Amino acid sequence: MNNKTRTPLFHVSKRGLLPWYKAWAIRAAALLLALVACGVITSLVTGQNPIQVYAAIINGSFGSPRKIWVLLQNIAMLLCVSLAVTPAFRMRCWNLGAEGQALIGGLAAAACMILLGKTLPNWAVIACMCVASLAAGALWAAIPAVFKARWNTNETLFTLMMNYVATQLVAYYCVVWESPKGSGTIGVINPSTEIGWFPQIGSYKYLLNILIVAIVCVAMYIYLNYSKHGYEIAVVGESERTARYVGIKVDRVIIRTMLLSGAVCGLAGLLLVGSTNHTLTTTIVDGRGFTAVMVSWLAKFNPIWMILTSFLIVFLGRGSGEIATKFGLNRSFGDILTGLILFFIIGSEFFINYQIHFRKSGGKEG
Amino acid sequence: MFDFISFIPRAVVQGIPLLLGSTGETLTEKSGNLNLGIPGIMYVGAISGVIGSFFYEQSGNFRPLPGILIPLGCCLLGSLLMGLLYCFLTVTLRANQNVTGLALTTFGVGFGNFFGGSLIKLSGSSLPSIILSATSNAFRTSLPAAEKAGVFGRLVLSYGFLAYVAVIIALTVAWVLNRTRVGLHLRAVGENPNTADAAGINVSKYKYIATCTGSMIAGLGGLYYVMDYASGVWANDAFGDRGWLAIALVIFTVWRPNVGVLASFLFGGLYILHMYIPSGMNLAVKELYKMLPYVVTIIVLVLSSLRNKRENQPPASLGLAYFREER
Repeated sequence: MNNKTRTPLFHVSKRGLLPWYKAWAIRAAALLLALVACGVITSLVTGQNPIQVYAAIINGSFGSPRKIWVLLQNIAMLLCVSLAVTPAFRMRCWNLGAEGQALIGGLAAAACMILLGKTLPNWAVIACMCVASLAAGALWAAIPAVFKARWNTNETLFTLMMNYVATQLVAYYCVVWESPKGSGTIGVINPSTEIGWFPQIGSYKYLLNILIVAIVCVAMYIYLNYSKHGYEIAVVGESERTARYVGIKVDRVIIRTMLLSGAVCGLAGLLLVGSTNHTLTTTIVDGRGFTAVMVSWLAKFNPIWMILTSFLIVFLGRGSGEIATKFGLNRSFGDILTGLILFFIIGSEFFINYQIHFRKSGGKEG
Repeated sequence: MFDFISFIPRAVVQGIPLLLGSTGETLTEKSGNLNLGIPGIMYVGAISGVIGSFFYEQSGNFRPLPGILIPLGCCLLGSLLMGLLYCFLTVTLRANQNVTGLALTTFGVGFGNFFGGSLIKLSGSSLPSIILSATSNAFRTSLPAAEKAGVFGRLVLSYGFLAYVAVIIALTVAWVLNRTRVGLHLRAVGENPNTADAAGINVSKYKYIATCTGSMIAGLGGLYYVMDYASGVWANDAFGDRGWLAIALVIFTVWRPNVGVLASFLFGGLYILHMYIPSGMNLAVKELYKMLPYVVTIIVLVLSSLRNKRENQPPASLGLAYFREER
């Protein structure tokens, strides 16, 4: 044979489906490596020993009952936005507009609280808020969806741009409804009458949010895995041509799924305004629309695994915030650590989907 | 009367970072990589330059030439590393581009603000910013003829050298993409990597080079913003959402950097238009004016998909990883 043919050092081939426990073992290993890397970097920057760094991370999330509740609340909100983008992602429709859709939902809720607060009874205001928020979120997602379905407009870029339109719209209303005058912020809405504030369950401020999101999570799991709609979404995601061939109306599925996606984002906005903050700012969604993309993708678009991945992200975020305050670094250190960990996990997907064959040493091939 | 003579130069300096960012992103997208990490890369480019010049200024005896070259080198190196990281994850490891890009943005913005904050602490100043006036003066030196040449001088000659470099880069990239064999190969990789591979083009190599070069160009945009536009003042989060605006500009120019030269000035103008609305108008309306660049981009995106002309579409394999054995 031709001895001059060079065999490459290794070549890469696609793996068959790995059993789930192996896949998760690889991810866990990546996470572990990432945590070690973060510990080393933090110790280098702060000069503390790594054990103390990890203790601070855990303390940031579980240090006190209040911290645990805040942790749970943040997980719930992130999970809610992640659940919202998931149906669209399963369809391979990259909805990067969750930030804007949730903001618009929040804006609609705040509008109901401010404009109807004086004329309607409390329950009616809350009912209006629910309807308005879901509808507003759905509408915000429907605009790119219609163009995607009808004219195949690129939805990634369209939804991305819609975020900023929503942000400026909220900024506009923040000035219009400012209170006190001249502050440029809305402040707490209806502080004395508490109209439009969601009821507390017992003395737990965040319990209602957590329960609602838990229900949405289970419902989304069932919808995606056991309903006809969920099946249609999966088929469209795998191959649009196949879907068309078997008689699925692709444009209708796209619009319907994006409506659902937007409505759940609107729900997230509603909970943030009506139940958590009782106010509206341009940063109320706090980048969750983008973080949700990573949460959803890390969990392989599976709503139940998403609980785990959103816990992971929130836990790290709060932990690194704690490191920052405790060791006198600035808060952005948390973003660096989160970014690092994401790089590790993103990289680890390669080893789940592909395998590397090294050139057999010694043996003369070909 | 609307004061164009003072408006246009301000729109231009506002537009240059966007021009650099969008030129870099266009080059990247032509290779089929949708790099949503551009905002992060521009941050890293800016802070790397700031770090370089901060230590150079601290070391005493400042001379203009190294004062320019050191931040420039640091900026290019920082953004190159970010580009390499993105390429390694998406091209070699074939990870999802949207997720990688967003992670890169989180990382980059955090990196910028963290080191910015640390430097502010180091400099011990009472203001929450770093002021690098010597470096900035070097960057902002304009031709001496600018002041003598009247209106023409103010409109065309009054900028620092990076502004002209930005325009030259944009025109060069446009020329390379459309008029050279390398550009043809690159576009082939972005449109259909299978075909390009079959024709003997090294897909990974093209993706790597295009994305890394694109990152370095975008990083320069961050540097220009700090050193020239902001007069050498770094404050955390001051860069704002310009990175996303640069991505918007890519769509607005339908993937043509030469169009980007004028379009970026238009965007710069739209971005600051709210400062020029007549006083006495409702303050809230200002916020609506800031929406304009994004609304205009959406309209262009929709129109180009409605007209469905083939040369105005995004690269066909934009956002998809390429694996040779997958058919």
